[in-house]
Formats: sequence, structure tokens, C-alpha cells
Amino acid sequence: MQQQQKVAALSYSFPEEVLEHVFSFIDSTKDRGSISLVCKSWYEIERWCRRRVFVGNCYAITPAMVIKRFPKVRSITLKGKPHFADFNLVPEGWGGYVCPWIKAMAVAFPCLEEIKLKRMVISDDCLDLIAKSFKNFKVLVLISCEGFTTDGLASIAANCRNLRELDLRESEVEDICGHWLSHFPDSYTSLVSLNISCLANEVNFPALERLVSRCPNMHTLRLNRAAPLDKLANLLRGAPQLVELGTGAYTSEMRPEVFTNLAAAFSGCKQMKGLSGFWDVLPSYLPAVYPVCSRLTSLNLSYATIQSPDLIKLVGQCQSLQRLWVLDYIEDAGLDMLAASCKDLRELRVFPSDPFGLEANVALTEQGLVSVSEGCPKLHSVLYFCRQMTNAALNTIARNRPNMTRFRLCIIEPRTPDYLTLQSLDSGFGAIVEHCKDLQRLSLSGLLTDRVFEHIGTYAKKLEMLSVAFAGDSDLGLHHVLSGCDNLRKLEIRDCPFGDKALLANAAKLETMRSLWMSSCSVSYGACKLLGQKLPRLNVEVIDERGPPNLRPDSNPVEKLYIYRTISGPRLDMPGYVWTMEDDSAYLE
Amino acid sequence: MENSLGNHQTEMNLKATELRLGLPGSDEVEKLPCNFSVLRNNKRSSPEEASDVDSISKSKLNSSNGSSHTTNDDQDNAPPSKAQVVGWPPIRSYRKNSLQQKKGEEVGMYSKVSMAGAPYLRKIDLKVYKSYSELLKVLENMFKCTIGEYSEREGYNGSEFVPTYEDKDGDWMLVGDVPWEMFMSSCKRLRIMKGSEAKGLGCF
Repeated sequence: MQQQQKVAALSYSFPEEVLEHVFSFIDSTKDRGSISLVCKSWYEIERWCRRRVFVGNCYAITPAMVIKRFPKVRSITLKGKPHFADFNLVPEGWGGYVCPWIKAMAVAFPCLEEIKLKRMVISDDCLDLIAKSFKNFKVLVLISCEGFTTDGLASIAANCRNLRELDLRESEVEDICGHWLSHFPDSYTSLVSLNISCLANEVNFPALERLVSRCPNMHTLRLNRAAPLDKLANLLRGAPQLVELGTGAYTSEMRPEVFTNLAAAFSGCKQMKGLSGFWDVLPSYLPAVYPVCSRLTSLNLSYATIQSPDLIKLVGQCQSLQRLWVLDYIEDAGLDMLAASCKDLRELRVFPSDPFGLEANVALTEQGLVSVSEGCPKLHSVLYFCRQMTNAALNTIARNRPNMTRFRLCIIEPRTPDYLTLQSLDSGFGAIVEHCKDLQRLSLSGLLTDRVFEHIGTYAKKLEMLSVAFAGDSDLGLHHVLSGCDNLRKLEIRDCPFGDKALLANAAKLETMRSLWMSSCSVSYGACKLLGQKLPRLNVEVIDERGPPNLRPDSNPVEKLYIYRTISGPRLDMPGYVWTMEDDSAYLE
Repeated sequence: MENSLGNHQTEMNLKATELRLGLPGSDEVEKLPCNFSVLRNNKRSSPEEASDVDSISKSKLNSSNGSSHTTNDDQDNAPPSKAQVVGWPPIRSYRKNSLQQKKGEEVGMYSKVSMAGAPYLRKIDLKVYKSYSELLKVLENMFKCTIGEYSEREGYNGSEFVPTYEDKDGDWMLVGDVPWEMFMSSCKRLRIMKGSEAKGLGCF
């Protein structure tokens, strides 16, 4: 009793302003959440001074609820469609509409400065509303979004006087007119970051040049493929302070002055740390970037269809590299060189140059990844597409790199076994989860039985996201994961023989996760109904393009299933092929 | 789900209606869900290896319950070319497109297709088809409708469903009016209209 009184006395003795000031140093959503749980008064103080909100699933909560709790938000991040939408597994029109959010925030958050969206649908009207509602709007990031055109961008350009960042990364934009850029008024000089790499057509280049040269704080510029190389030198001369540059197509008619101009321009870029772009590379132009190579920390060559020797020549100059994205043209030889030269490497992504080919077109095998895992002590994030793998290699990688946090391996042919022993890759991936104790993200591939899931459930205690395809034998596999992975937030599964038993037995687990996606598995409609009924704080969405599932027997498996926790009940914007399973409360009327 | 082996899909559908909510380890050797994505066989380059892989996966099949392998029964029915599984390997479309592209070509030939009365849109890659007849067959399959014959004079007169498209200028045209190559580069999106809706198109 005395202790409680002491605590109460302490909290009353601190004026709110002091607490608020202390809280202002704490930015992470997780920590803010912890603060709000301490006591009622901290909850109240915290919510009035929360500036950044992260909503990992736009359907988990309504805009009104967010606005009610956090009235003074300046920055919001929203995510919409499930991750597998990236691979065309979510049919068109599924949802993820940001409009209701923008409408509500236009009224409630006049001081909003930042909107960051991922996999959402945003219309030109919405962009217009943003442009006209938020006087101090600074940052618009649209990652893998769709539904808008360059007209919407024109409105943003014309109205957002304080815009700092416009990032359209990987979005699908209907490119009506390249003149939208000209809508930035001549008096506008605050642009810091511009990413238009996804735009299909040429933008008005003179307008771009003028824009870039009058914005002294330009830090990041990512051009699109249509941006001509022979104009890049001039652009760079207008912005030698650039730190991140994405080129357009890296090719042009062979004219010596283009090369010399380019090389001179790059020499002037003393701050450059990151390069990307490089579509259609003409290898003889690559040396133009050599002046900046030694300082580069990030290099994205994942569109550069050049062969190993040219890649080796380029990457060999980049001793400070921390992040490399590259096509498998780099081959094992190139990865050996990377391991030898780039000791600061932290992230490696190797993409397939011929993903649908029947045979390997490049000499890239598991050996390349083993080399890098040996040579690069800071390597912790890997995405690797290849055609063969062994348990021995995975074991070696695991032992070399216990600091691995993100490991995504894609063996191109589903269910490929260890090519030396012809066994499954259970023990290899088992080694990964056993040795890499901080593993947060894992993607599996190759021939895998329920055993691998047993290993994952046993060891992958920090795992937050797991992606599974063409793996497992029975419900036991899914059960191991759901019952063992204490920190699992996102689970996505396709083409696995997982059915009702594991799901129903671990139903409560689903409320501790952000979402579960299962497609082409064996979950029956009956089980979906049951889950929906018993767990009101979950939305159980059945996606089935064959028509209403209640026209088929309850035992019939659903095509796709998306389950996510929510406090806002079933959504109302579903297309005709999505059904939300009703919970018991629906029958209480 | 749409896939390139229509027959395959039907075959697996029949098996699927026998599916029960049984315990794992029950006597069902082959729990074949009706909607397993189609896979091609695990072909390896050397014939000896190929038989080893098949025999090992077969023995795995027999010993474990609720097998995940759909290919063993279907080996005889598998087509000679590689059947592409939807969304595999997991690469974003813009990456796939950029690999196939040469400079100067359009970025992606994906067109949205809508149909009168259908609640949702589909997307198709026009590059995959070489002629109108291929395209129309695919559309008929996708939307379970019959489109009928095209004639220069009368369009799709008499058909219940008429394929139309919006071109670069924003005009709605009859599919088939222009040469295939021109259609591919000018088509923005497709719409399968009801015969009655489409009257008036193609009468230029």
C-alpha cells in the first residue's frame, strides 16, 4: 500500500509538460505503446503528443478511431493489400482504398505533414484533396500503390508549397502527361527527394532540370527509364550535392562527348552514396560512374542486364558497399569478388535474369551465397534466387552468419531437393533458424517436409514474418509454426497441404498476429465460418472467384483465405468475390 | 483460378469434391485440394537423376500422409512446355517486364478486362498472344461466355457478348477492327459488352 502511494505521489509531482517533453524523445511506435500502458494519465498525455502513427493494416482500425485517440497526428503510415498482391495472387479490386482515410484526416488533421502508403489504392481526387487540405504538407510516399494518374501528381505539384518528398516507388501510375512536373511553381524550392522511377513516359526534361537546379537541398533523385542518358550530365551539374541518384536507361548512341560529360559530372558529385536505375546498360559507359564508386554504400543493379565480367569490374571498385541488388548475371565468380572486396556489406539481393527458363542460364549456384556469407561479417539481410541448394551450404551459411535477420531464399523450381543428397532441405533451413537467433524474416523454398516447420517452431522465437510455398506434408507443419513462433506477426502460405485442424487448434494465436494469408491450401469453408463465428476480433475473408462459397459443400476448400485482426469489424468495401465470415454477434440482433 | 491448363483444373476439381474433414494420418493417401496451382514436373537435366528424384519423391509420398505432391498422377497429362504457376517465382511484374524489354518498347502489355455484369476486373498480358483468335479464346474461358465470330462488315452481330477496347485516343473500338500489332500497341483496356450495349460500335 505504501509503495502504491509513493508511485502515485511521484506521478502527480511531475507536471504534464515535463512528461510531454520527455515523451517527445521517444519516436518508436512500440515504445509509445508501452508508455501509454503505464497508467491513465500517461496514456492521456501520450496520446495528445503522439505525432506519428503506423497502421500496418488499414482494415484493422477505422480512421475515426485513430483520430479520436491521437488528435494531433502529423505523420501517418498505412498499409493495404496483403504482401502476396505483389505476385498477382490478390485479384483486382480487392480493396485497400485510402480515400476514407484522407477524407477523415482532411477534416481532423489540418497540420498533417506526411502520408506514407504501401499497397493502397489512391485516386486523383484523393491526391487533389491532400494537395488542398494540408497547408504544411511535406512528404508523400506511395509504395506499390495504384489508382492514380499524372493529373493527381500535377495537383500535388501545384498546391503543396512545402513539399519535401515525393516518392512513387514501384507504383502503377497512369502516365497521361509528362508536363505535370511543370506545375511546381517557379517559387518552389523545397524539394529534397523525388522518385519517379515507375513512370512509363518521359517527363518534361527542361522542367525537371529547372526544378532540380533551383532546389538546393535535393538529396535523392530517381529518374525513370525514359530519362535519356545524354541529358543526365547536365542534370547532375545542376545538383552536384545529390546523395542518391537513379539513372534512366543507361545507354545512348556512342558519342564520345556524352561519355566525357557524364564522367566529369559524376566527378563533381562528392556526396554521392547511392546509385540505381541502369536499365539497358551499355557496358562501355559504366566507367563514367567510377569517380563515385569508392564512396558508394548502396548500389542497385537489378535492372542491369550486363554480364559477370562487367559487373565484377564495377562492383570491385565499391569497397564501401553496404547494400547490393544485382541480377544473377553476377554469378558465383562475381559473388566471390564481392566477398573479397566489400567487407562492409550488410544486404544482398540477387534477382533471376531468366525466371521462367527451364535450365540455368548463368553460373550462379549456392556457392556464391556461401562465399558472401564467409567473406562479409556484417551481412544480415539476404534475398537470393537460384536453381540449386544443399543442406551443407545452408548449414555453412547459418554457422557463418548467426547475425542474419532476414533470409529469403527462392529456389526457382518448386520442391527442389538438395541436389547432392536428394534429401529435403529441412535440416538446412533448420540450421538457419537454430543458429540465427535474431532472425526476423524468413522465406522458404525447395523440397520441405513437416520437419522444417518443427525446427522453425522450436528455434525461430524472434521470427516475425514467414513466407511458405509448396512445402509441408500435413497440418502438423502449420501447427508447429502457429504454436511455436512466439513473435509471429505475418504468415503467408501458398500451395501447401495445410487444412482445418491446425488453424482451428491455434485459433487464438491468430489474434496475436497482424495477418494470415493462405491460398491453394486445404482450408474448408466450414472451418472459415467457424473461425469467423468464434473470433469476433478477426476478419476472416474468403476470396473465391468460383462464386459464393455457400453454394458448395462446407467441406470444400476455399481458394484463398485472408485472416487479420481488427477492432473495426468487417469492412464494407469488398468486391464480389470476397466474403467476410460473420461472427456470433451478428446474430444477436 | 485461371491457369494455362484448363483440362487439368477440371480433373483436380473432381477429386476435390471427395475431400473430407479427416484427421491427418487417416486412410486418405491423396488429399488433393481442388485448387492446387498447376506445377510442371521436377525435370532434371540427366535422365538418371530424374528417375532418382521421382522415385525418392514417390517413396516420400507413400510413407507420409496427406501428400503435397500433385504431380505423380499427372505426369502423363503434363504438357511438354513449362506451365507457369501464378505468382511463381515471386517476382514483381515490373521486374519481369523490364527483363523482357528492349529500349523503346512499351512498358508492359497488361490490360485490364472488365465484363458487363461481372463484379470484378481481370488483367491480361497481351504480349502472350499472337492473334485475335487466341485472345478471344482466353477471354471466353476467363469469363465463361461465348463471343462468336467477327466479320469486318458487321462486327460481332448476333453475339451475346462483344469484345471492345479503349484505344490511346480514348475511343471505344471493336476488337478485331485493326491489325493485331496495332491493337496490341494501342489498347488501353478491354471491356466485354453485352450485344445490346455494343450496338453502334464498329459502324464506321
